[in-house]
Amino acid sequence: MKFTVDGLAVSRGEDQIFHDISFSVASGTAFIIKGANGSGKSTLLRALAGLLEWDEGSVTLEDAPGAFSEAALPQMSHFLAHENAMKPQMTVGENLSFWQDFCGHPDVSPEEALDYVGLSGLEDVPYAHLSTGQRRRSAIARLLVSARPVWLLDEPTAGLDAASEKQFAGLMEAHLEDGGIIVAATHVPLHLSKTVEYRLLGADT
Amino acid sequence: MIALFKRELSLSFRSGGGASTALLFYLAVVIAMPFAIGPDPKLLAQVGAASLWIGALLASLLGLERLFQADREDGSLDQFLINDHPVAALVFMKALVHWLVTGLPVSLLAPVFGLLLNLSEEASLALVATLLVGTPALSMIGEAGAALTGSLPRGGLLLSVLVLPLSIPVLIFGVGAVRAALVDPDPFLPPFSMLLAMTLFFAVIGPVAAAYALKMGTR
Repeated sequence: MKFTVDGLAVSRGEDQIFHDISFSVASGTAFIIKGANGSGKSTLLRALAGLLEWDEGSVTLEDAPGAFSEAALPQMSHFLAHENAMKPQMTVGENLSFWQDFCGHPDVSPEEALDYVGLSGLEDVPYAHLSTGQRRRSAIARLLVSARPVWLLDEPTAGLDAASEKQFAGLMEAHLEDGGIIVAATHVPLHLSKTVEYRLLGADT
Repeated sequence: MIALFKRELSLSFRSGGGASTALLFYLAVVIAMPFAIGPDPKLLAQVGAASLWIGALLASLLGLERLFQADREDGSLDQFLINDHPVAALVFMKALVHWLVTGLPVSLLAPVFGLLLNLSEEASLALVATLLVGTPALSMIGEAGAALTGSLPRGGLLLSVLVLPLSIPVLIFGVGAVRAALVDPDPFLPPFSMLLAMTLFFAVIGPVAAAYALKMGTR
């Protein structure tokens, strides 16, 4: 599978954040978006996730996997934003099973997903009781409970310690080996073997 | 979609959920009424139905502000929007849960609270019927208002200003139907059908408007 972005331009309000962004990403590749603060990394990810309207440009998909052949890019993507999309009043397990039911295409069970991110046995703990790093890891577990070929990650390692970063790198490698795609905006290296870097310069240049 | 329904329902009964708050608020309004109006049973019976309707309206307004704000802040809303579920259907689910935990208990408890206001049996019956049919409209209108103001800090003020004018017709026909049931020459059915029509109308328009507002709000 492969998707190609051609001539993308996105504005927020009156200001054009960036224009003429073109790239393509194929299965098994991690596409890393770099750039200074305010250069539009998050905006680019939100645009790819379908949350922002584009001024111009197009995204074309090729060879989408069977279950997603009818879907547009956002519907085959997991979007890990700055916010973790978990309810503090519910337990970690309840949060994860909700997202599994809601997103469809169930993959591993919430308990297993928590094992993968090193939070075994915490499924009955209210999400509000977790530390910042644990919250991030439980949000990463959300990517595992339902299968989606594209992961859009915005500063995925924010709040993670070195060990968890490594663990997460392993999960991303596994996703790439399965033919998945990762598009990540980050400042820190993600310890992945096969990456393509892309530098975002912002609208002024 | 069922998953969202279950989640919303369980959230509304947990800490910070709106279910018990709305009911207690409703009770407070109804209890305060006889003290403010005075202990004249005749007068109370006359204004009783109206005050129960006002209580229901205010109780449904109470938790609206947080409806989409909480989802926006914790990022759930973004996830709702990028999935392939129709957003209007999601909003309808949320409005339905809002009604189940505010409008429905408020309607069913109205005869009990009516005792405090010296309501006759006939009036209680008419009140339950009109509240059951009318309060869904309040939830649907409120949902659209909440979606529109969800991205604003302190949007609650604007929310009430937006929602109240649209809720007033529901209130007028609701109270009108109760009165018609008690006073002989006035027929009960026309205002009651009007109320039903408004609920159906807002059940269609409300979620669509809210879905549009939510999509605009992420920009």
